[in-house]
Amino acid sequence: MAVAAHADPTAGDAPAGEFTIIEAPLRAFAVATIFWGVVGFLMGVVIASQLTWPLLNLDLEWTTFGRLRPVHTSAVIFAFGGNALLCTSLYVVQRTCRARLFGGEDMGWFLFWGYQFFIVAAALGYVLGVTQSKEYAEPEWYVDLWLTVVWVAYLVAFGGTILRRQEPHIYVANWFYLAFIITIAMLHIVNNLALPVGGGTGKSYVVWTGVQDAMIQWWYGHNAVGFFLTAGFLGMMYYFIPKQADRPVYSYRLSIIHFWSLIFLYIWAGPHHLHYTALPDWTQTLGMVFSVMLWMPSWGGMINGLMTLSGAWDKLRTNPALRFSVTAVGFYAMATFEGPVMSIKAVNSLSHYTDWTIGHVHSGALGWNGFITFGAMYYLFPKLWKKAGLYSEKLVSWHFWLATLGIVLYITSMWVSGIMQGLMWRAYDELGFLQYSFVETVAAMHPYYAIRMLGGLLYLTGALLMAYNLWMTVRSTALAETAPQPAFAPAPAE
Amino acid sequence: MFRFLRDHGIIERNLILMGVLTLITVSIGGLVQIVPLFTIETTIERVEGVRPYTPLELAGRDIYVREGCYVCHSQMVRPFRDEAERYGPYSLAAESMYDHPFQWGSKRTGPDLARLGGKYSDDWHAAHLRSPRAVVPESVMPPYAFLDRPLDIGAIEAKLKAQRTLGTPYTDEMIANARADLEAQASADADASGFASRYARARQGVFDGNPREVTEMDALVAYLQMLGTLVQFRDVTPDQVRQQ
Repeated sequence: MAVAAHADPTAGDAPAGEFTIIEAPLRAFAVATIFWGVVGFLMGVVIASQLTWPLLNLDLEWTTFGRLRPVHTSAVIFAFGGNALLCTSLYVVQRTCRARLFGGEDMGWFLFWGYQFFIVAAALGYVLGVTQSKEYAEPEWYVDLWLTVVWVAYLVAFGGTILRRQEPHIYVANWFYLAFIITIAMLHIVNNLALPVGGGTGKSYVVWTGVQDAMIQWWYGHNAVGFFLTAGFLGMMYYFIPKQADRPVYSYRLSIIHFWSLIFLYIWAGPHHLHYTALPDWTQTLGMVFSVMLWMPSWGGMINGLMTLSGAWDKLRTNPALRFSVTAVGFYAMATFEGPVMSIKAVNSLSHYTDWTIGHVHSGALGWNGFITFGAMYYLFPKLWKKAGLYSEKLVSWHFWLATLGIVLYITSMWVSGIMQGLMWRAYDELGFLQYSFVETVAAMHPYYAIRMLGGLLYLTGALLMAYNLWMTVRSTALAETAPQPAFAPAPAE
Repeated sequence: MFRFLRDHGIIERNLILMGVLTLITVSIGGLVQIVPLFTIETTIERVEGVRPYTPLELAGRDIYVREGCYVCHSQMVRPFRDEAERYGPYSLAAESMYDHPFQWGSKRTGPDLARLGGKYSDDWHAAHLRSPRAVVPESVMPPYAFLDRPLDIGAIEAKLKAQRTLGTPYTDEMIANARADLEAQASADADASGFASRYARARQGVFDGNPREVTEMDALVAYLQMLGTLVQFRDVTPDQVRQQ
């Protein structure tokens, strides 16, 4: 059946021995994913602790919450998430196109070192106070320029590999990766247009001002979520879940509807970050309406991912890595329901500026992005290092339950503190005065900040177990695949 | 619809077609929402009083940006009764029309700062920044005692010039006097008639309590003390703030 052929990544995959893909830089990306994941989670625990016990700001300018918070967000989104996306996209595109990476091993290494340099330069800047203070777009102009160079090379490598494909159709995971690469380029360039001040400083002023800057920033910011953290990771979902479940994607037609409606609608959702601000009402209303509509493609994709397990649900019992991937889709469903609810102006008037937003972001980041990446990494490490399996499936189970418990603590504590804070701000006493001073609401947050920190600590512990497990997998000689390594057969030119 | 689904194979076989269609699809929303904000005149209200930042305030704002204050403080009062009582009149788009970048923020771990100017004394601000919990015991704000160091003013003309290139109406006179104006604003006794004529409603003072040198603390406090003070809300008519 033709439909199944497009939807089944196993159909596009060459049997072992027929050809090999460029793997060495992918191994480096995989290690970097785990490394930056641990760093990002650790920074999260550190800054959560600072909000609980402010003495931990240490009285030093380099360790204040204001400077470390972008280190945490960039480490998790761009370092952990970005390395995971580069690793999986370059793996998936080679496998599903049956073509070696365009530009070869050199291109892979350029992307690897170029991207790591971007991460380190950005993070060092934050600690030293070099920042644009545009949320999730903090790096200064010279770091932005460097990222643009790396990103164009990424587009060339990815697109070039697709052009070399030996399959007539481009597999659905690659549509999502491609949309992610193209859209992030557009957002990054427009949002970061800036004029360097010169005069021996690295300082620049972004060209946009005030209300227009706000709109452009959240057009960028929300679609960093929509394309970096959603479209790209949906690419992972569309490859690794069918692979691990050994089933074709549930519906090819649903994939098409999912793809085009998701990328069309997401880009409109930015203004829901600016409800009741000085942004004109018509823009806010558009943002709200499109955010609510976005619920549909989000859940369409979720259904497509989950229903892929039809007839293979028993694998959840025996494959703990698949358990991560599938639970990730569950958290995706939850976060993409909560998001549209929070974008409704009446709800947003309560939730905005509170910890509810922080909890919402983390149900997506920890539950969806984290879990789908862990599932992919547990699958990829044995593949990339030619091992028969993982060092310990039991440790994967421990990781799963520790991380899940951590997320539950995190999001429930943020729901309680966020909603409580929103209600306290607008509470009046019987005489008609505001009932609480601002600092009373700060003091009321303390126990929930401690619970949140504990949730993050559990999540970090799980990630350390993963790092140990994967390290032992790589080191193990007992797990080495005994089958002879396939000799490389060069791919014929198109 | 079904025809599209059937013919989708054409797109799936052509990388360039798929890339171009993707780029068009993701461009529409942004074009519709962003471009009119530059062309519809009423997006920014026509109120009296908004002026470019003084050199000292601009240096202070750059410190606010450097330290990432926006991760905990918003600068955007929403049009709700409780926010009007807690902070003051709701924010106008005009009030951030010279902000590169905007600092409206997205989280209030600490209170909104859009109407902070004039609420507390300079001494309070300096003491609070140096040691927040000495002033507000329940605060979770980091201490900023390190701001008591000389302000680097080497690039102040370059900063004003860059802002002018981007559209902020700094005059030649303002740029020529940038350094002098900065120093004049940060001292109590300097003759500042020129400075006052260039920047309406700008307050002179020894913001950090130390008259011997101009520090980063001076600049940041000067910035915090002007926030939300430029528009006189007694004189603003509903017609001026109408934004459709």
